[in-house]
Amino acid sequence: MKLESKVPSGPLAEKWDKHRFESKLVNPANKRKFSAIVVGSGLAGAAGAASLAELGYNVSCFCYQDSPRRAHSIAAQGGINASKNYQNDGDSTWRLFYDTIKGGDFRSREANVYRLAQVANNIIDQCVAQGVPFARDYGGLLDNRSFGGAQVSRTFYARGQTGQQLLLGAYSALSRQIGKGQVRMYPRAEMLDVVVVDGRARGIVVRDMVTGKISSHAADAVVLATGGYGNVFYLATYAKGCNVTAAYKAYKKGALFANPCFTQIHPTCIPVSGEYQSKLTLMSESLRNDGRIWVPKNRDDKRAAADIPEDERDYYLERKYPSFGNLAPRDISSRSAKEVVDDGRGVGETGVGVYLDFADAIKRLGKNVIEERYGNLFQMYERITGEDPYTVPMRIYPASHYTMGGLWVDYNLESTIPALFVAGEANFSDHGANRLGASALMQGLADGYFVLPYTLGNHFARAGVSNIKADHPEFKKAEEEVKERINKLLSINGKRSPDTFHRALGKIMWEYCGMGRNATGLKKALQEIPALREEFWQDLKVMGSADELNQQLELAGRVADFLEIGEVMCYDALTREESCGAHFREEYQTEEGEALRNDRDFCYVSAWEYTGVGKEPNLHKEPLVFENVELTTRSYK
Amino acid sequence: MTTSQASVSFTTASVGKKVLMAITGICLIGFLIVHLIGNLQLFIGQEQLNKYAETLQSLGGLKWGFRLFMLVLAVIHVWKGVVLWLENRRARPIGYHREDTVQASLSSRTMIYTGLLIFAFVVYHLLHFTLIVTNPEYAQLKDSVGRVDVYSMVITGFSNYAIAIAYLIAMFLLAYHLSHASESFFQTMGWANDKYLPKLKILSNLFAIVIFIGYASMPIAVLLNIVKLPGGGN
Amino acid sequence: MNLTLYVWRQKDAEDKGSLEKYDARDINHHMSFLEMLDVVNEGLIQEGVDPIAFDHDCREGICGMCSLMINGRAHGPEKATTVCQLHMRHFKDGDTIYIEPWRAKAFPVTKDLIVDRSAFDRVMQAGGFVSVNTGGAPDANALPIPKANADVAFDAAACIGCGACVASCKNASAMLFVSAKVSQFALLPQGHAERKQRVEKMIAQMDEEGFGNCTNYYECEAACPKEISVRFIAKMNREYLMATIAK
Repeated sequence: MKLESKVPSGPLAEKWDKHRFESKLVNPANKRKFSAIVVGSGLAGAAGAASLAELGYNVSCFCYQDSPRRAHSIAAQGGINASKNYQNDGDSTWRLFYDTIKGGDFRSREANVYRLAQVANNIIDQCVAQGVPFARDYGGLLDNRSFGGAQVSRTFYARGQTGQQLLLGAYSALSRQIGKGQVRMYPRAEMLDVVVVDGRARGIVVRDMVTGKISSHAADAVVLATGGYGNVFYLATYAKGCNVTAAYKAYKKGALFANPCFTQIHPTCIPVSGEYQSKLTLMSESLRNDGRIWVPKNRDDKRAAADIPEDERDYYLERKYPSFGNLAPRDISSRSAKEVVDDGRGVGETGVGVYLDFADAIKRLGKNVIEERYGNLFQMYERITGEDPYTVPMRIYPASHYTMGGLWVDYNLESTIPALFVAGEANFSDHGANRLGASALMQGLADGYFVLPYTLGNHFARAGVSNIKADHPEFKKAEEEVKERINKLLSINGKRSPDTFHRALGKIMWEYCGMGRNATGLKKALQEIPALREEFWQDLKVMGSADELNQQLELAGRVADFLEIGEVMCYDALTREESCGAHFREEYQTEEGEALRNDRDFCYVSAWEYTGVGKEPNLHKEPLVFENVELTTRSYK
Repeated sequence: MTTSQASVSFTTASVGKKVLMAITGICLIGFLIVHLIGNLQLFIGQEQLNKYAETLQSLGGLKWGFRLFMLVLAVIHVWKGVVLWLENRRARPIGYHREDTVQASLSSRTMIYTGLLIFAFVVYHLLHFTLIVTNPEYAQLKDSVGRVDVYSMVITGFSNYAIAIAYLIAMFLLAYHLSHASESFFQTMGWANDKYLPKLKILSNLFAIVIFIGYASMPIAVLLNIVKLPGGGN
Repeated sequence: MNLTLYVWRQKDAEDKGSLEKYDARDINHHMSFLEMLDVVNEGLIQEGVDPIAFDHDCREGICGMCSLMINGRAHGPEKATTVCQLHMRHFKDGDTIYIEPWRAKAFPVTKDLIVDRSAFDRVMQAGGFVSVNTGGAPDANALPIPKANADVAFDAAACIGCGACVASCKNASAMLFVSAKVSQFALLPQGHAERKQRVEKMIAQMDEEGFGNCTNYYECEAACPKEISVRFIAKMNREYLMATIAK
């Protein structure tokens, strides 16, 4: 299989314009003859479904929640980037492009990232027009802040709920089209297969999560905007329902999965408090501006934080990175936390956590200032932990919160299955090996509002109307397979609930394919995952039946897929014998313990092809060519 | 959309019904104030009160028009109130086994009951003093210049403990109803905001107390012999 | 700690349903309320009993999916807190806890503690948007908006659509939800062109869904996990009156 990125020729800054001009158009009168299926209603899905419907295409949109307004894009706190340069501080499309590609440690496609930086400004315009209440200054103009270590203030925000406000904007646009009958919305619907006819995606098979009914839906194109697979770690900042199933079914049907091992671990989350823990909550990174991170110097020091004298504390980030200190980038500060915890110096009841201490800041600035800056975060922390961070240092620990990897797509966001498009976190396209803060919202909306409407139109114009309907034998076949799998899950009648398997998988993934990876560990994981999967199919217990609302059955199906993608991630991490961005191979580091990238051998996208359950997938490589930027090494010393 | 259709949809829409409640309610409150000022002339004396009553009587058609108008307002207020109550019950066909209340006041939750009791009282009050049906002997009362002796009628009426207590209870219910009603008026008409809302709550309660004291002062004064029949005895 | 739970169980929309008693044993006070239910469910699965179905997703208080009536309070006893953010340290050993679904004609029970809140979506579809197509927007700074207005609009926009307002209202009224959206757009110039039709259409749809009427109890405000103020209901009433008078 040859991976064609279909990046247009010509100068970087002109590629997207050129591509739009060269795209074929669908006659306005013919648009209603084309139909699209959009799976997922987050930023990418809702924005895409609404924009396609506005153009006149018939859209069906599916989501697993009870309403499209609940997709997990809603949980993003920080903000959304755009190079408006409203602050006159030297920002430009080029700078946003460069920062994003460098932040991704040079493992993403130049043309895609440049396009992202280009359309980012349109996103802000669009959202403001929809009535998104962005923060404003006293002159009534939009406010910006610097975020995630960027040297310019380019982040637009709506208090700590930017994701929510942007999603509600996209949801309102989607609602408008549903009200007009241009979008048919299917909430509480789970996509369980992609149907491919004559090599092209022609529709999906869906389970109604209330009645259990399996149905087929045909269209001229299918868009997957189904988010990331970070819940493979079980404990993550993802919503409980986030899953890889839709993307994984596409992978099984022939779409390639790109860079699955690129998963981002966020350094400032509230640590696990016990075995029962179901998810982790992110605390804004901004806390590191004033908090000092430390652990005791001695192992198994069980004293309360206040009883540990200054000279027995190890402010390890300040020690190792004197110039960046507590503000070291996400991946570095996450890894350092893991190191000290692995060394037996972690804090809290479980010993898995480090202190984020505001005592000095309170002494220096006063409690009022700290309260003004972080009041709501402190409140949130207290609500969850029951501890008062004004008097006791916060405890934090890293957690899985974004996946840069995803289904491989070309410049048009089309996967290796023609007519199957992938948008948002579900694709791999823009963040390389590490995503910068406030870039996820930007990418989701860019794909949905400004890329898909063009590339799908071009696709429709070139491919013509499909005459394949949902009664085609391929749909029936897919439905039967879906039903068979459901019956299989229900008929094992073992002893363990799906959740226990999910937890067990999470432990393996976190241990061997988490913040630090090495060949020995990954090989071990590649033995443990198939064994766990074997046990899953032998000893699973799913209560209830197929034709009712059955949350255990939903979970079992998702865990089954996580048990397979976990393996692909390990293969990917094992073959990528370098450290880049969030992927840290312990064997490949400098003497100071920094990531050692290998541009000579690994400057490519790994795209994996499914070959069967438990079989090593085939690796395809898309070389990354950098014509406009110079590959440099990140340094934060 | 024509005006008539608009008004139909307005009076049947949820917010429309509430606005009707609010407007009829505030008019009734206005009447309560005027009525109270009129009645308080009891304390000035027989001459003043009877003169005032005669002036009102002399208005003839205008008087009947006003009475009819007030009656229509009251009927709309009660009717829409009952409709709202029934609809609200239908909106939750299955209730909770455990139900807690955080900030809804008891007066707000008992509006339908206090309202209906007040309505029943109004009917009695009209039969009692206005139409003189329940106590036809009042019709015989005339003052020295031959006017209808409203003054003596009131004192005679309130001298009856059962009647006086019934009036006092009704006035308490009225005040209780008003403590939520007047605040509610501003909220429903959209004139409440963060700055005013807490103050409105206090003002609303104060107003209810004033109305209660005003109206209750008359039966109490009679019971305590502060105002007496012209002859001296009662 | 150990707790006694009375949980509403109902197989599907047609089933009559009943309260069932369960014991929650060895509950850690650091658990969230939903994690406590996870533990109870794990026990039920081991006993071969169908686990309790309840809605939840983000578990960080923003998606609005979780929706439990706990001892007669929407989202439980803590102020400004969704169930997923409610922790067991607010309960005592030996407590009896009643867990019921949202109750409203417009929110029929789907199963156990899960209700159908699609009525909210239909209200939004009737007018909860600014009619602007993708691509036609002017520059974001072309239209300055006074900070005070933008801030109040945000207060309204913080609604997570969980339905606690309906659940806690003695009349099962949806006024707080609808008014939050109407107010957000009425406060921003982008929403002005359609403000009259918007308020009329959204209220008409709200009425059609069978929600109750607002009688100014303000229970909704007390239950709202995002502390949305009832002043927005006053604002919507005003918007509605203006729209009607303008006709």
